[in-house]
Amino acid sequence: MMKRSTVAIFIVMFVFWVLLSACIKPLQGHYDHIRIVVGIICAAIATSVSRDLLITGKEDMTLRKTLRLLLYIPWELWQIVLANFDVAYRVLHPKMPIDPRIIEFDTTLRSDFALTTLANSITLTPGTITIDVEPERGRFLVHAIASKAADALLVDQTMQKKVAHVYMEEGGGE
Amino acid sequence: MFEMVDVFLVVGVSIAFTILMCLYRAVRGPGVFNQVAAVNVIGTKVIVLLVAIGYIFERPMFVDIALLYAGLNFVGTLVMAKYLERGEICSA
Amino acid sequence: MLGIGVIDIISIIFMAGGIFFMVTGAVGLLRLPDFYTRLHATGKCDTLGEVLLIAGCMIFQGWSFVSVKLFFLIFFIFMANPVGTHAIMKAAYYTGLKPWKKGEERR
Repeated sequence: MMKRSTVAIFIVMFVFWVLLSACIKPLQGHYDHIRIVVGIICAAIATSVSRDLLITGKEDMTLRKTLRLLLYIPWELWQIVLANFDVAYRVLHPKMPIDPRIIEFDTTLRSDFALTTLANSITLTPGTITIDVEPERGRFLVHAIASKAADALLVDQTMQKKVAHVYMEEGGGE
Repeated sequence: MFEMVDVFLVVGVSIAFTILMCLYRAVRGPGVFNQVAAVNVIGTKVIVLLVAIGYIFERPMFVDIALLYAGLNFVGTLVMAKYLERGEICSA
Repeated sequence: MLGIGVIDIISIIFMAGGIFFMVTGAVGLLRLPDFYTRLHATGKCDTLGEVLLIAGCMIFQGWSFVSVKLFFLIFFIFMANPVGTHAIMKAAYYTGLKPWKKGEERR
């Protein structure tokens, strides 16, 4: 009758409503019936309105990709903490050692989720911010604040390889 | 002697102090882009200030207001960026 | 003795780290010489400072519905701040704002 992904989106939205409004408390046995009914109606409306936006028809093996994404996040959090100590050192130093430049490179990632994850990771990690992304060639335009940070993206390419491993695309860079 | 509400008072005063520091850039910044970036930063600091005030007054309602204002600030910054880039918000 | 326990001390440590990073972000906004470098300071330090501060409030609260709302707030700030930074930087780049090279004067 309805596709599996539509039911999944409806369940996610209803769980979000329950967590925000505290209408089901199983430990105290308190059920607020009016809010449950309103929650079901609102989740149904929201699912029917946003269904075309969230389901693109290009996904398969999403469960494995989600699990790999959950494993990628702790590594990224550790990189973010290191990055911010580096930025704090550069800002608070009396001589302010910065040397900004703009660099450009290609990757082999093509899907929307992979490009967005890589762009967010580049923005949150030491010394680089994404300026523009071209989806056809996977080309990133990046502003770097020091040569050490720019080299970590151009030469090592650890981040591109890890994101390509999460979304199961080949390679990771040129 | 020394309670947790004192900690939240110190947190709130520090955040208000940093908001005053960002206000200088919002007024003075040469060009409109510096001002838009400073207003975005002030908006995100206000979200955290709302959570801290919720703990000072011991009303858990302020977290919902903070969640709503986070969404409003995000949409406002995106609309400003789109207008500055293209000269119009939607091409109709 | 003092009226606070171990969990409160951990949450005070998190909140102190959060305030340190937020003050660093504001100092960077004032001190750095160019628009692009100022976005570096605020886009990274500000986000992490807020995440640490709200994580400290979450640890102080324990397990309740308010902690779940604070977790949603952390998740939203974590996703939304870099996207806003990227959008305003892209608008500035395509309107012709030139980046600062080493050795020029402040703008």
